[in-house]
Amino acid sequence: MSAAIRTEVLVVGAGPAGIAAATAAAEGDCKVIVLDDNRKAGGQIWREGSVAVQEQEKDSKKRRALERLQRSGAELRTRRTVFAATAGFVDALQETVAGSVTERIEFEQLILATGARERWLPFPGWTLPGVFGAGGLQALVRSGFPVKGKRVVVAGTGPLLLAVAAHLASDGAFVSAIVEQAPLGKLMKFAVSLWRQPGKWIQGARYRASVGKTAYRTGCWVVEAIAADHGQELRAVRLTDGKRTWTEACDLLACGYHLVPNTEIAELLGCTFEGDAVRVDADQRTSIAHVFCVGEPTGIAGIDAALAEGEVAGLACAGKSRDSLSARVITERAFGNRLQRTFALRGELRSLAKADTIVCRCEDVRFADVRGHAGWSDIKLQTRCGMGPCQGRVCGPAIDFVLGCKPASVRQPLYPVPLQALCSSLTEMNEI
Amino acid sequence: MFDVLVVGGGIVGSAVARECALEGWRVGVVGGGNLSGSATAAGMGHLVVMDDSPAQLALTAYSRSLWRGMAQRLPKTAEYDGCGTIWVAADEEELIEARAKCAVYEGMGIEARMLSSAELSEAEPHLRKRLAGGLIVPEDGVIYPPAAAQYFLGEAKRLGAEVVGLRAVSAAHGEVRLADGSVLTAERIVLAVGTDCTLLPSLPIQGRKGHLVITDRYPGVVRHQLVELGYLKSAHKLTEDSVAFNVQPRPTGQLMIGSSRQYGGTSAEIEPAMLRRMLDRTMEYMPGLGQLSGLRAWTGFRAATPDKLPLIGQAAGLSEDESLWLAVGFEGLGITNAPGAARLLVDGMKGRTGAIDATPYLAARMCRQVGVVYA
Repeated sequence: MSAAIRTEVLVVGAGPAGIAAATAAAEGDCKVIVLDDNRKAGGQIWREGSVAVQEQEKDSKKRRALERLQRSGAELRTRRTVFAATAGFVDALQETVAGSVTERIEFEQLILATGARERWLPFPGWTLPGVFGAGGLQALVRSGFPVKGKRVVVAGTGPLLLAVAAHLASDGAFVSAIVEQAPLGKLMKFAVSLWRQPGKWIQGARYRASVGKTAYRTGCWVVEAIAADHGQELRAVRLTDGKRTWTEACDLLACGYHLVPNTEIAELLGCTFEGDAVRVDADQRTSIAHVFCVGEPTGIAGIDAALAEGEVAGLACAGKSRDSLSARVITERAFGNRLQRTFALRGELRSLAKADTIVCRCEDVRFADVRGHAGWSDIKLQTRCGMGPCQGRVCGPAIDFVLGCKPASVRQPLYPVPLQALCSSLTEMNEI
Repeated sequence: MFDVLVVGGGIVGSAVARECALEGWRVGVVGGGNLSGSATAAGMGHLVVMDDSPAQLALTAYSRSLWRGMAQRLPKTAEYDGCGTIWVAADEEELIEARAKCAVYEGMGIEARMLSSAELSEAEPHLRKRLAGGLIVPEDGVIYPPAAAQYFLGEAKRLGAEVVGLRAVSAAHGEVRLADGSVLTAERIVLAVGTDCTLLPSLPIQGRKGHLVITDRYPGVVRHQLVELGYLKSAHKLTEDSVAFNVQPRPTGQLMIGSSRQYGGTSAEIEPAMLRRMLDRTMEYMPGLGQLSGLRAWTGFRAATPDKLPLIGQAAGLSEDESLWLAVGFEGLGITNAPGAARLLVDGMKGRTGAIDATPYLAARMCRQVGVVYA
């Protein structure tokens, strides 16, 4: 551990919410540090790499935001993974060419902008090569993974599916179907509700238009990913609308069931929750007075909510008025609530896993092993489910949905770290 | 009406339930299967012969022989592995201690052998060089305690024992009152309650907090359970927080790293300063481990008595209630001692002479020891 770094405002996460928060706080004359575990700022939605044609406008928005962040004087430190946190400091691991280095950053105020990850659900065949998360495949494509000429089924739920399909198509993939589990009725209602937010409607319409020839199947879902005979390669997926099932040939499946917020740091600090979301007030302040939370961890509501909430928290840290933003935050929160209602998971998805379907990939735990236990801690202790490197980030939300029990506790280290990172540094040892 | 109601479903309670069920008794296990917060869920699962005192040596040796006897019958999930223990001697002083320990073990007919510095290095290449030597106890082993407890409980159920999921709010005079207000009756009640003294406040038990860390899978990096001889000094301290080098290879290839001992406090939170002290100590013995990926850390509480021996048998001495029996206070040896304690307890209930003398573990000793000074 090197000597502690001090800052007035520490922002964890450099996606849209974190960028907005850091910019507002720094423009309000605070000393600001922003940490992110990726190589570049932008988070998942503004991830670096190739951009689809339909996203160029989005990209210019990103560029402007990053330029403003840089001008603001906020200090961006990327490739930092926060693995421990207290009310006064966080410990982050920095991966360098020479190995890993630990930094302790002490703060007066903390803004958590930790974003969200894809929800995944267990179904037979999901561990086959060729099956990806929807956002996961998009991220791979951005960093150069070739999909040209590949037949792809995009499935799951949420507005992300259209964006992913558009991106894949623009990179030369043949998207043979977009399979959305939400029923048509809910989706129509959702589309109509967007009349107040034409920007979102237009973005969605653009995505849809770009994959115009692709069937958009609503009220349908993947029941199984099928391997080629004698092979381990994906050959097709079996789809259903609840009444009939059919097979759709494909080389790749991009499947994601909307998003789960990353709330581990908030949990570790003991912030109060409302359901799965961190509870915040109109300043985005959590139940801990000097800790703020913005974007998806306060409830999945997308980029516009993230930008508005980030700015609110940044202004609050700098002691500035955020009144002009209140209306925007309320509108975007309402959008988030509609998202949640529209893309709520249907009950049928609970029964996709078969006895031998893997539910925890880290520890090779099968669905049959996790059934019939008293709760999450029992499942974990008796089957090792969630004990692997991902710490239940992948299987936890899936088991929460399928069996109705949640991972019980969050402890440091939040991510696997070299043991060295938890030890004293040489200088500290010499002091003893 | 039960013959025996066991309160507590950790490894000790589960082992007692199984042993009672083997007698053909009608058995109930209150809180059975609920391991959250228990030492069974948190502990290392080291099956080890310890020689702090003749009574501790007798019970650990007896219990370890029972574990070895059932090793073949344990389910695979219990991860029994007879990897052996190496007590690592850092210097000449510790080597003398190791030789004395070796002599004690040999006297008890327990296989043990001294390792030279070179032999130690060959047995565990990742230990730092130029350690003085070691003592290998080949028949020690490791187990995964939650699965072993589940096995005992499953055996008890198979033999007819009833598992009651509810918590007990009182237990006295043959009656156990449950959280929902209902009452179960039994001829005998066994308290296997770990650190929870609410049912019998006169239990002289204190929680001693420990931290553990587990790594990702690195098969073959460590081959034996490794413990520094300084551990004994650490474990003997009665007032001061301490750490000791203690690394265990899991059958998964993971390494479990301990150990710390703290006094006072009931918060289960991880204390970074304590974790750091513990891992600093680990690095002194195995510097290369710093590069390995640590997956998780957690804490647990050892149920410790003032004289470091468990309470096994009738509660007389701590309670006038003749229906109350105890199987508590195992400190760091609850996993090792569970099968032996269960058998001694049932021997006591049956009034028969057991394989070892049960007197040192009786609660009656507590009245005589008031005000005793511990070295």
